[in-house]
Amino acid sequence: MTETTMLRAINLALARAMTEDERVIVLGEDVGPDGGVFRATDGLFARFGAERVRDTPLSEAGIGGIAVGLAVAGFRPVAEIQFSGFIYPLIDQIANHAARFRTRTHGHLTCPIVVRAPNGGGIHAPEHHSESPEAMFAHIPGLRVIVPSSPRRAYGLLLAALRGSDPVIYLEPSRLYRAAREAMKDDGEALPVDRCFVSREGIDVTIVAWGAMVVEALNAAAQWEAKGFSAEVIDVATLKPLDAGTIINSVKKTGRCVIVHEAPLTGGYGGEIAARVAEGAFSSLLAPIVRVAGFDTVMPLPKLEHLYLPDAARIGAALDRVLAYA
Amino acid sequence: MATIAAHFDVHHTRYLDPAGQLVQPLPADADAATLTALYRALVRTRTFDAKAVALQRTGRLGTYASSIGQEAVSVGTAGAMRPDDVLVPSFREHGGQLWRGATPTELFLYWGGDERGNYFAKAPHDFPNCVPVGSQAPHAAGVALAIKLRKEPRAVVCVFGDGATSKGDVYEAMNLAGVWVLPVVFVISNNQWAISVPLKQQTASQTLAQKAIAAGIPGEQVDGNDVIAVRAVVGAALDRARRGEGARLVEALTYRLGDHTTSDDASRYRKDSDVTPRWREEPVRRLHQYLTAAGLWSKDDEDNLLKQVNAEIDAAADAYLATPAPDPSVIFDYTYATLPADLLAQKQAALAAMPSAPGRHAAE
Repeated sequence: MTETTMLRAINLALARAMTEDERVIVLGEDVGPDGGVFRATDGLFARFGAERVRDTPLSEAGIGGIAVGLAVAGFRPVAEIQFSGFIYPLIDQIANHAARFRTRTHGHLTCPIVVRAPNGGGIHAPEHHSESPEAMFAHIPGLRVIVPSSPRRAYGLLLAALRGSDPVIYLEPSRLYRAAREAMKDDGEALPVDRCFVSREGIDVTIVAWGAMVVEALNAAAQWEAKGFSAEVIDVATLKPLDAGTIINSVKKTGRCVIVHEAPLTGGYGGEIAARVAEGAFSSLLAPIVRVAGFDTVMPLPKLEHLYLPDAARIGAALDRVLAYA
Repeated sequence: MATIAAHFDVHHTRYLDPAGQLVQPLPADADAATLTALYRALVRTRTFDAKAVALQRTGRLGTYASSIGQEAVSVGTAGAMRPDDVLVPSFREHGGQLWRGATPTELFLYWGGDERGNYFAKAPHDFPNCVPVGSQAPHAAGVALAIKLRKEPRAVVCVFGDGATSKGDVYEAMNLAGVWVLPVVFVISNNQWAISVPLKQQTASQTLAQKAIAAGIPGEQVDGNDVIAVRAVVGAALDRARRGEGARLVEALTYRLGDHTTSDDASRYRKDSDVTPRWREEPVRRLHQYLTAAGLWSKDDEDNLLKQVNAEIDAAADAYLATPAPDPSVIFDYTYATLPADLLAQKQAALAAMPSAPGRHAAE
């Protein structure tokens, strides 16, 4: 079987959802004949037509708002925002509207939208093209926040998002779009969006990560194995609602927890996970919970971004640190 | 030397002048039954408003945004709609909501702080109030796109105030509606005030209607205190929208006779002498004068109407006040389609810690 990239996996999930459900509408800037700036919607315009694959004006708040209206009126819009750094004008639509319709009407009106955006650094992009705002969205009640880490998970999680009835923020690690490849089938199998995945089993430490950082965590775990230790790697995948149980159970087994994210440290989602672990696995902890994260700085431009992004070396140093306790 | 690249006009429509005199022949469909129905709706709205303010002043309703003075925009707009059209309002469209089947009890529940007021059993496709100003305009475009994609002969009406026209959301919605030729009518209830900020500090634009022109859709003005004109202009716009001729912006010129909300004190920023002359233009008296002069409305009709709407609104208020607070589980149960395990744990812990309070009424 040939290997599939994450980008292709996303494209396959979109095409399958559009095939099985006429209500699925793709909209965004350059998603039509151009197929999206990363080509995630490549071929969809030719296959499904201009009504269902809609190039929008350059209008992020409008895209968000029109998706809300479409969804409340019974469609399943998938809005592409070109980069997560340009998602901020939608936050009003997401926080004040998409995430609230069900509660505000006790389920009489609902808002099943999926907002997709390339996310994170590592692609040597211009300013504002390498952001990681997932914690902002994870703070909004009523949203599902999903960050895939591999082609198979991208496919299965996006299908679940498109078939579900909740508003979803789906942040795609742009550095993995073409770098992550694996054999997979376009079999229409969705993955659960209410739990974390154990990407690697281990007994000495639990590394918790999502998106591109899962790859770094797996690299660090592989390097650490040479030292005779085994790390468990958990791919959070769905940040909100959080499956804290899987993480807590892992830390109860390993006694140590390192959390990795490329978003800035302070107020990052790692803090939430650390709090859950501290509360749920307190008596099992052998070492402080350690976070490896981006700095509390503006995302550096390409010349220095490699120094900002957590990598296997920085994760390895954190693993050494937690192992030094007992 | 430059030539004229484009030229635009903004039309203004009125049927009744402030004294209730016809300034042009009535629209063909404005028959006696229609006009008296509109009048009844205006009076019903004003009665609802007065009761809501009274409930708030006596601690039995939350902060409330009265529509006094603006009833004709809301009632005239709703009066132009078909039942299966969709209303996407801001938060001052009580008149239109009541016309379209929301019950006074539902509206009291909403303003009393209970989501059950958003059920709109008789208008299930209408949107609930939108408090973040102007952010509902793109929703209306989205619903209109849904209608267009389904090839349905329906249209959407989005109502917002003059302040909303300063927001990007409104322009983005109009721009999308223009590009995609969507069946949506945007109605500005221009009451001249955004809380304390008067229109001249809101925009340097000569009219608000002309803001449509940049989005490529027609914009026009209507006398917003003339319910006949509002119904006619919005109705014509809706007919065009349903025929596939696209979106339109209607600026209805009216005046906010009351405070912004019950939490506001307009005397801090405007003088009584600014407001007093506006009472001579208000919509209820205007239509009353016309109907009376035309022999379509009598003193007995008026007495009977007041008796009827007062009884209805009082009964609705009683029903609202007698409604127990929602079960606390609703705080959690509608956050997601199904309650996630994480939230279920929060719910169980919270409910276990809550005092049980059967019989609390909605306003407590």
